[in-house]
Amino acid sequence: MTDRIKKARRHVSQNEGPIFEQSAPGKRGIELPPLDVPPVEARAALGSAYVRDGVEGFPEVSEIEVIRHFTRLSTWNYAIDLGMYPLGSCTMKYNPRVNEFVARLDGIATEHPYQPQEVSLGCLKILRMLLDCLTEITGMDAGTLEPAAGAQGELTGLLLIRAYLADTQGNPRKKVLIPDSAHGTNPATAVIAGYEVENVRSDERAQIDIARLKEIVNCDVAAMMVTNPSTLGVFEQNIAQAAEVLHSHGALLYMDGANMNALAGVARPGDFGVDVMHLNLHKTFSTPHGGGGPGAGPVMVKKILEPYLPVPVLSDKNGRPALENHRPKSIGRVRAFGGNFGVLVRALAYTLAYGPGIRQATEDAVLNANYIRKELEDVYELPYKSPSMHEVVFSDARQKKNGVNTMDIAKRLIDYGFHPYTTAFPLIVSGALMIEPTESESKQECDLFIDAMRAIAEEAATNPELVKTAPHSTRVSRLDDVTAARKPILRWKPKASSSASS
Amino acid sequence: MRYLPKSPAERREMLESIGARSIDDLFASIPEQFRLKAPLELPGPLSEHEIIEYFRARAAENSCGYTSFLGAGVYNHLRSVVTDSLIQRGEFLTSYTPYQPEISQGTLQAIFEFQTLMCELTGMEVANASMWDGSTATTEAVLMAERLTGRYRVVVARSLHPEYRQVLDTYTRNLNLQIQEIGFTATGQIDAAQLETAIDSETAAVVVQSPNFFGVVEDVARLAELAHAKGALVVTAITEGVSLGAVRPPAEADIVAMEAQSFGLAPSYGGPYAGVIATRDKFVRQMPGRLAGETVDTEGRRGYVLTLATREQHIRREKATSNICTNQALCALAVAIHLCLLGKEGLKELAVQNLAKARFALEELEKVPGVRRAFSGPFFNEFVVELPRSVKLVNAELLREKIIGPLPLGSFFPELTKRALFCVTETTPRAEIERMTVALRKILSKPV
Amino acid sequence: MYPTDYRYTKDHEWIKVSGDTGTIGITDYAQHELGDVVFVELPAAGTKITAGKTFGTIESVKAVSEIYAPVSGEVVETNTALTKAPETVNSDPHGAGWLVKIKLSNPAEVSGLMDAAAYQAFISEKEASA
Repeated sequence: MTDRIKKARRHVSQNEGPIFEQSAPGKRGIELPPLDVPPVEARAALGSAYVRDGVEGFPEVSEIEVIRHFTRLSTWNYAIDLGMYPLGSCTMKYNPRVNEFVARLDGIATEHPYQPQEVSLGCLKILRMLLDCLTEITGMDAGTLEPAAGAQGELTGLLLIRAYLADTQGNPRKKVLIPDSAHGTNPATAVIAGYEVENVRSDERAQIDIARLKEIVNCDVAAMMVTNPSTLGVFEQNIAQAAEVLHSHGALLYMDGANMNALAGVARPGDFGVDVMHLNLHKTFSTPHGGGGPGAGPVMVKKILEPYLPVPVLSDKNGRPALENHRPKSIGRVRAFGGNFGVLVRALAYTLAYGPGIRQATEDAVLNANYIRKELEDVYELPYKSPSMHEVVFSDARQKKNGVNTMDIAKRLIDYGFHPYTTAFPLIVSGALMIEPTESESKQECDLFIDAMRAIAEEAATNPELVKTAPHSTRVSRLDDVTAARKPILRWKPKASSSASS
Repeated sequence: MRYLPKSPAERREMLESIGARSIDDLFASIPEQFRLKAPLELPGPLSEHEIIEYFRARAAENSCGYTSFLGAGVYNHLRSVVTDSLIQRGEFLTSYTPYQPEISQGTLQAIFEFQTLMCELTGMEVANASMWDGSTATTEAVLMAERLTGRYRVVVARSLHPEYRQVLDTYTRNLNLQIQEIGFTATGQIDAAQLETAIDSETAAVVVQSPNFFGVVEDVARLAELAHAKGALVVTAITEGVSLGAVRPPAEADIVAMEAQSFGLAPSYGGPYAGVIATRDKFVRQMPGRLAGETVDTEGRRGYVLTLATREQHIRREKATSNICTNQALCALAVAIHLCLLGKEGLKELAVQNLAKARFALEELEKVPGVRRAFSGPFFNEFVVELPRSVKLVNAELLREKIIGPLPLGSFFPELTKRALFCVTETTPRAEIERMTVALRKILSKPV
Repeated sequence: MYPTDYRYTKDHEWIKVSGDTGTIGITDYAQHELGDVVFVELPAAGTKITAGKTFGTIESVKAVSEIYAPVSGEVVETNTALTKAPETVNSDPHGAGWLVKIKLSNPAEVSGLMDAAAYQAFISEKEASA
């Protein structure tokens, strides 16, 4: 079976235990420049009630050990730089290196958020330029670059809706409608914003059910949160009607922008009725995932929501961009200091690289997804036949007949040299395989992926055990996450010294 | 376009195999009136060289060549090139959240080590894999205390970073929480007598920062006694992590919300930074954020996984402990690397250098007529001085000398006009401290 | 398979009544659907529970399930052994994996629950249509 695997082969990788196991007193990784002022004694300076003698348990290692330790660790990871991540709704695209370079420039990385605006004009221009680009791409009127991630963008968006309703109608209302296909952050955020969640069933095509919507939208509904294209990768045909239904009842439409990679340069949420939305810069705008973050979640709004934007608000003063803290109707501050400026710099560098040509990236993303769909739809079940945009959702229905489920297929994909696709999400498809290649994949990489998935489908039919016990070629095999949850070990501890026996 | 790995011929081939005549066919599902007919009006496209030129030009309009005395939650500390060379490795930089542990052991073990380091640093038993920053970590810690106690009142020190307080207000405005503020005394520490009266049987949490916004170290042990006597939890916010190299950690606190920016993260005009929540084992199930745990694989080999995931949004949805999904993983990695490089002795030495620099600066400042320290409590590397005239005007003059002066406190604290917050770290050269005091003396000697 | 002296709910809880006290747990079907149980959250003694409303949660690695009260009453004892050994819910869901003991406030509610045969039929139908 292994000669079917074309993309990957086993390779010796180094072992490396927790760094604390290499610690020994007297080793140093950094030497500080000598002190140029009179030295002080910590105890004398702070008083014995407040002083500490040093952090017990902190490692003591040399520079070479730190380099080797973390380099070895890095070799155990899969990464975009190594190959495709077909993770649906994550948009794992190439992280351009020039973005890293410019974010580290002296004068960019070194600026303090409280320094006078007179010596921050460069930073302010960057913010202005990015906000203008995002406004143009989304077709909205204004926005904020403050939120630290998509989830914080969602919260900001809901707080804006709340403030607007309270201000214009005297009543923030009670409920937020969320489709059953939504990302988990949507309902979690609605609760923090002080709203009840009402889950809305999609219709038989997994789209917004307008008839149902008309029944449930009333004056208790503040907003509906929608992802477009949906988490099935399908454009919501009725989005404009949905917006109308909501607006006619004085409610607003929030769009989760996680799937913006299907729309940039092709269609604009502001045109189809969205009042407020967030973007995930670590998805559509190429900023690196870094093992889980940082990201940024700018929020774009229509004019009606502009007075409520969180402070500081980017505006103009004497023809130059400036940050303002005095906005009487603002929802307040969502984060200290400012946005994740380093992430914003990277997103701007990405946008400048493409310019109006950003449409080409969107087209390639949609092309790749549809190509993969075409090449796999005879071996994997397609629960919904609607046209896919930038991602396609299959189900494990056929493979389940042999007891092989989406998780198993995903694990076997690892042996073929790929990171798994998104498993078991969205919740409305049982045993989902959610695949988003992004525009960063060449035809060769797509073909290798197709080849791998076809081979695994065959294995599921002829040798299911091989798939169910995968992966077979990784440093560690399937890990016991039950014991990890029952008896959590969440930090390293020195072994208790054994009793003397030598 | 250099980021797109397809030739025109390949695009045609792929379209053919799909059975589409042109790429536009693949967008037919978008209603016609929403399909853009013209390209967006955006600047670019720029080559790599032009992108660099653009940002270099922006950098030149910022504060290069200026010496700064700002702190107030964001600190200039030495960073090592070793950190960047490691976090720029593609396997760290471009990897995803470690939901597939077999191919993310590098990230998971690094998170496990980070969690351990945070526990050692703060004196707590368990720490998470990072929050967005110190301000949101503090807010989440308060919400955590509310869930743990089932109580609805929160007592907050006025000396908590004002922007941290603003974030707390934004998040809690629509929830059933009552916030009461307690002022500070002449030492700059929280008024413990007032605090004692304010805590009652409905108090979920007492929130105090140490060193606080004025740079003064709080007596957390004493405050914890007052809080615990009435069943309230203590949340301690820490904005200057380097202080923990010389200042006793808040071991009596129940939840620590720390900003780790001081450990190898550039100021970067506001972010990205790395918040952390650390707490006691018994509270772990109410703790937000990801957690890496140790376990074994089918062969008994040690490995790591994300664990206790049922607290999180992707499973618990509306009942989650938080809505956080993306965190600050790469920043946390940089922090872990930086702390390993510093090690036990390095962190201690670094902290002591900060103590020395700040005391030297204060001594020099107090030689300037009209300048004196505003609070008397113990301090780490920040202190408040009182000036004989408007801080904003003084700073405008200092700026002309390419000095970014101390933070004026009047806009945050109306009762503290003419007070300014100085921060001096190991990165501030003695010559610059002296130059600043000379400039200040000159400015203050001029008639108003 | 399902004890004939127990009564069952559509949410897969069981209750064993004797007089005005009852022992409550989740059924074998439920534990199988959940997978390996890692944590159980139960109310303290003295808590009042209401028929049909949730009174606790059971967590596996990948999911959390609410536990619904089959009848109304007051909790008199919780199964503290589950703190150290949550897996008991999997290995012995009808016996040692019991969750709470209550004092019933309205014993008449029991007659609205399914008996073992009805419950068996209920889950057989569920599995057939799955």
